[in-house]
Amino acid sequence: MDLLRFLTAGSVDDGKSTLIGRLLFDSESVSTDILQAIEKASKGKNHTEIDLSLLTDGLRAEREQGITIDVAYKYFTTEKRKFIIADTPGHVQYTRNMVTGASNSNLAIILIDARNGITEQTRRHSIIASLFGIQHLVVCINKIDLMNYSEKVFNDIVTSYKDFSKTLFVNDITFIPISAKLGDNVVTKSVKMPWYKGKALLDHLETVELASDYNFSLARFPVQYVIRPRVSVPSGQQDKLHDYRGYAGKVVSGVFKKGDEVEIYPAGLSSRIKEIEIADVRETRHCAWRQKHIPEAFAPQSVVIHLEDDIDISRGDMIAKKDDSLLVTQDVEATVCWMSERPLNAGTKLLARHHGKSVKASVREILYKLDVSTFDKIEGEKSIKLNEIARIQLRTASPIAIDKFISNRANACFVLVDENTNETVGGCVV
Amino acid sequence: MSAKYQLDYLDQLESESIHILREVAGQFERPALLFSGGKDSITLVHLALKAFRPGKFPFPLVHIDTEHNFPEAIEFRDNLVKKIGEKLIVRSVGETIKEKALVENRGRFYSRNALQTYTLLDTIEEFRFDACIGGARRDEEKARAKERVFSVRDEFGQWDPKKQRPELWSIYNGRIRQGENVRCFPISNWTELDIWNYIRRENIDLPSIYFSHTRKCIIRPGGILAYSDFIFTDKDDIIEDRKVRFRTVGDMTCTAAVESEANSLDDIIHEIEETKISERGATRLDDQTSDAAMEDRKKSGYF
Repeated sequence: MDLLRFLTAGSVDDGKSTLIGRLLFDSESVSTDILQAIEKASKGKNHTEIDLSLLTDGLRAEREQGITIDVAYKYFTTEKRKFIIADTPGHVQYTRNMVTGASNSNLAIILIDARNGITEQTRRHSIIASLFGIQHLVVCINKIDLMNYSEKVFNDIVTSYKDFSKTLFVNDITFIPISAKLGDNVVTKSVKMPWYKGKALLDHLETVELASDYNFSLARFPVQYVIRPRVSVPSGQQDKLHDYRGYAGKVVSGVFKKGDEVEIYPAGLSSRIKEIEIADVRETRHCAWRQKHIPEAFAPQSVVIHLEDDIDISRGDMIAKKDDSLLVTQDVEATVCWMSERPLNAGTKLLARHHGKSVKASVREILYKLDVSTFDKIEGEKSIKLNEIARIQLRTASPIAIDKFISNRANACFVLVDENTNETVGGCVV
Repeated sequence: MSAKYQLDYLDQLESESIHILREVAGQFERPALLFSGGKDSITLVHLALKAFRPGKFPFPLVHIDTEHNFPEAIEFRDNLVKKIGEKLIVRSVGETIKEKALVENRGRFYSRNALQTYTLLDTIEEFRFDACIGGARRDEEKARAKERVFSVRDEFGQWDPKKQRPELWSIYNGRIRQGENVRCFPISNWTELDIWNYIRRENIDLPSIYFSHTRKCIIRPGGILAYSDFIFTDKDDIIEDRKVRFRTVGDMTCTAAVESEANSLDDIIHEIEETKISERGATRLDDQTSDAAMEDRKKSGYF
């Protein structure tokens, strides 16, 4: 059984919370005490039937105002997959939350109200999802019941969405006509739309092919932590461990094998992989652990790597196999979603955090601002405001080892941190 | 090639949690792992072994002890610490009550659970911890569903849900000012069932009270409590032996039992798959006080 992370984009009016509620409810992932609490709350709001949207609105302010103000995570499991839902709000002022959700998901559900067709919001959500890492889009044309389950309404929306989506970086786009409120095509196929030959939403989510989402050709291993057991551990192995030096981290892309030739960046030194290991602690009843050597490690495994040569490597360094894709540079051009109330200007000084590495960076130039409803580039902008997306040129204090988004998205992302407030103020892709 | 390089969902969750634990070790100077003796913190310890062995843990285990714990859980804790050879710090709520002359809310709903916050904040100050690793999961409760993996608390330990840092990709921003600290939640994305499946797969040892046993209980309309000297009873309470187990292990005064025959991991997993009551709903009397009970406690410094 594997894992699918997806986000739902759309506003309350599009029926987003109702859709999530429907998925959880119909897949029997809601327990009775929570249902009772929701029934109680639904009655309080004078709803006659259970308000499924109440399943997802967590904080008091949200329940009072009937809106979603932050990313909420929900979980459910079917026999085929475990699902993690990032429920993100649809309002313009919460673009940063949508970017956060997109950065942590494989798939995005874009909701369109069948009565309104494609809106500015539809385009904005689709563009943001594609810019920040989503590989699969599912366009749900909702409230189709209110349009008499019309095939023509569905087809017209599909045609215009396809026309618009040519500009997106997403190859896999699926269209499903649904009624979240009534359950048509959500968990079970609707009998009211015999003209629709595709799968119900849940069936699609359970079967969408995810294997190609990881890049298995470009090998990247950012070092998180160096394990040096100088102090003895009750294991009887202290002596053997005297010279132990293991680089702990997560393979973010590609495959590493024992014996592989690797480069260490940014220093540019080379070495060879002596051993790849994981700690095997299945016998914790006695807390005996042993180092288990494995022949290869692939994304997204957390492992420990040993090198043949004694090189000074520390947190923030990158172990990688040599290829033409990796950029080791101090000049980084990136697309940023700005997440702070204080605007971003040319000259702004920040910290760039890429995996475990944190370096000072300064904004050399704002190349253009992106209109996320049309994909138009707006040049000559002096300043980027909260929730705006722009292409910028950065200069970092020391080189970082990064890929271009189009070749290896797992190593193409970093965040910007305000050195003064410590807030995360920007999400960037190269 | 793709089928060969595919990870099971438990392997993916495990890898994510190990990554988060190593981020804590890499980013902070004085982290601590808050250990309650429950299955979630026992799982955290197991993940920490995987993240740091053959090295020592880069943090001590810290237990905030209400002194109203299940004796089985305390015995288990001490054994575990001995076996793994790591440092344990215990600070008790009773001491805090004496020092600060706090007034305990005696009576039918007497519990030290809320007072734990004082002891926790004092302990953070005493050892100047800059990060506290906790076993909270987002599926437990709706306020937790919105909390970040790295959750910044101000110098009073308070959580401000409106000022949370965006958390993108798996980049966690743990930069803080002096006096602030970060609560780190490596198993945020695990559900109760994921934890049990992992415990079964990894053969992780647990305190005996998770399994069915006969015990003297107090039966109340709100739930079944384990009988003990420090739980207030009145004449309406029914006290009798029941065959029970616990789904969470917390303070005895507010951790309810469920009637169960399940005495193996397979039985427990089967029972959870069948049952339709959520974990906190079944066993935590402290969440039942209001719709936003957890949100309010978190804002004032709770775990």
